[in-house]
Amino acid sequence: MIRKYKGRVVVPGDVTADALVTHAGFNTLASLKTAGSFLNPKGVIQDMNNPELYKKLMPGKALCLPETIGSTTGGMVLYCASVMGVGPACMLFSKKADTLAVAGAVLTANWSEHPIVLVDDLGEDFLKEVQEGQRIHVKEDGTVLVESEDTFDAAPAAEA
Amino acid sequence: MILNEELLAVQRGEQGEAMRKVLNTLVMYGEAFGAERMVKITGRMGHAVIGTGSMTWKPVFDLMEELIEGGALPRQSFTTDPRGVEPHVPMSLMDRAMFKLIFSGQKRMEKEWERMGIKDSNAYTCTSYMEEVGNIPEYGDILGWAESSAVSYANSVIGARCNRNSGILELMSNILGYVPEFGLLTDEGRKADWIIEVRCEKRPEPQLLGSAIGFKCVEDVPFIRGLDKWIGTELTQDAKDYLKDMGAAAASNGSVGLYHVENLTPEAVRHATADGGNALIKEDAKVFVIDDAEIARVKASYPNPWEEREAAGSGKKEKNGGAPELAFAGCPHFSCAQLLDWTERLSEGLKRHGNGKVTVNTIFCAAPDVRAAFEDKYPGQARRLREMGVTVSGLCPLSYTSNPLTDKIRIITASNKLRYYSKARFFSEEELVEIITGGWNETWERGGAAR
Repeated sequence: MIRKYKGRVVVPGDVTADALVTHAGFNTLASLKTAGSFLNPKGVIQDMNNPELYKKLMPGKALCLPETIGSTTGGMVLYCASVMGVGPACMLFSKKADTLAVAGAVLTANWSEHPIVLVDDLGEDFLKEVQEGQRIHVKEDGTVLVESEDTFDAAPAAEA
Repeated sequence: MILNEELLAVQRGEQGEAMRKVLNTLVMYGEAFGAERMVKITGRMGHAVIGTGSMTWKPVFDLMEELIEGGALPRQSFTTDPRGVEPHVPMSLMDRAMFKLIFSGQKRMEKEWERMGIKDSNAYTCTSYMEEVGNIPEYGDILGWAESSAVSYANSVIGARCNRNSGILELMSNILGYVPEFGLLTDEGRKADWIIEVRCEKRPEPQLLGSAIGFKCVEDVPFIRGLDKWIGTELTQDAKDYLKDMGAAAASNGSVGLYHVENLTPEAVRHATADGGNALIKEDAKVFVIDDAEIARVKASYPNPWEEREAAGSGKKEKNGGAPELAFAGCPHFSCAQLLDWTERLSEGLKRHGNGKVTVNTIFCAAPDVRAAFEDKYPGQARRLREMGVTVSGLCPLSYTSNPLTDKIRIITASNKLRYYSKARFFSEEELVEIITGGWNETWERGGAAR
């Protein structure tokens, strides 16, 4: 089965990636502060206040979330993670995206070769229904297609 | 977005490619929030969030270099967040080597900041709005700042207008001299979505109250009632320090960039209505009550970061009875008044416990200019702190704990912000003083009185 959602495009792009899901705010600095360095080369999420994501791998994932929270380094941390190859492929917000997430995605769109696609306002149902490991296709126009496991042999997100 | 002539010229590339890209970035950022125009920054100085030359942030330093080479420089001087380490903070040789590696971009970053016109070499602090530092905006000023706690303070305690800008975006705003107009820059965006009723029977600790507010409001604007009972109706230094710490916590557990306190913060006072209401409160504002039980619940919800290490069998607990090895206070950076207050608290605690020196290596953090003023104006208290074994430093404990070697150290703190971003264990201010002055025991191991 494929579920279809339509959101607002902030940074456009066509992306296919596996879902990584948090129902709590994503604290970007706490999650990715050392990602990409020799301390955390794989991009393992470090925020122990977020049990849904703690110790999971970020690179190339479709991060599904309500909002980001915390330090105003957030946008530049996303930018750095993206440039260093350990950022998410896309960020899919159930709500309107916040200033830090938008800043991060906009920075990657203007100053790097690996923009983080950002679609927001996908609605509460999106975050209720999407599950970790499901394959997600994001279209340029903000359409988000989520494949459930009965039609796609999706592997669960890798744990570090 | 409609641009004025000055910005249209930038868009045409008349000030170079770097400036054009800066403008396009800010336009794209603003349009995501429905901004229809850019407004001029009116604040006298900027504040940036990048003070640590972390190797992880190399792409940022590369980008800064690109801006400098492209002639895109800030229009005004600025302060920035604290350094991650300072030479006079005691540490082992291995720690020092690791810090050198982790902060390998420090010299490069500081050189870049100099080329961009940073205020001076003491301008590294998260509390740039302290009198001694001198980056104090006026009521109603438009700012392009970053640093969640400083943005919260500027908006709420001073009444300036600033969105929660990200690192790099704050720099670009100051380069362009404009910010997109949306959110907390608008009258509507400054109205409260929540009424927080503080009904505590004792003065709630600011970091815990802020944490409770952040958890509930996340990114919304709260209007706080009942707090004036505890911190008064005048913005005294004590009240300002309380709000600084409360706001920082609300911006860590959530992303609160502005709050109003009834009868206290400038906008709340200006918008009070004759019937006892306030024009800043939205008609459909939700109500949330915070009492002593909620404060205790929030504190008990914090994870104990040491449990994981013990489960992994580090053996540290057996070696030293589980006692903490390092204590941090002053995150966000202390004011001079807080340094005095904590000197007094520790003196009293040591006297009560019959100890001459602190039982845990303790670091108080404050802006370099605040530290200098403290030593200059209060040499007796500064000497007393040294005698007690306390170091006063301008470092950022958050950045300090990005060194993985510090994960092996048992760190305690009364800062919700620090405990959120590190493996430091949280204790209330009162508990922290007791541990530092009286030593560690089973009560603290179990989490203190509130658990």
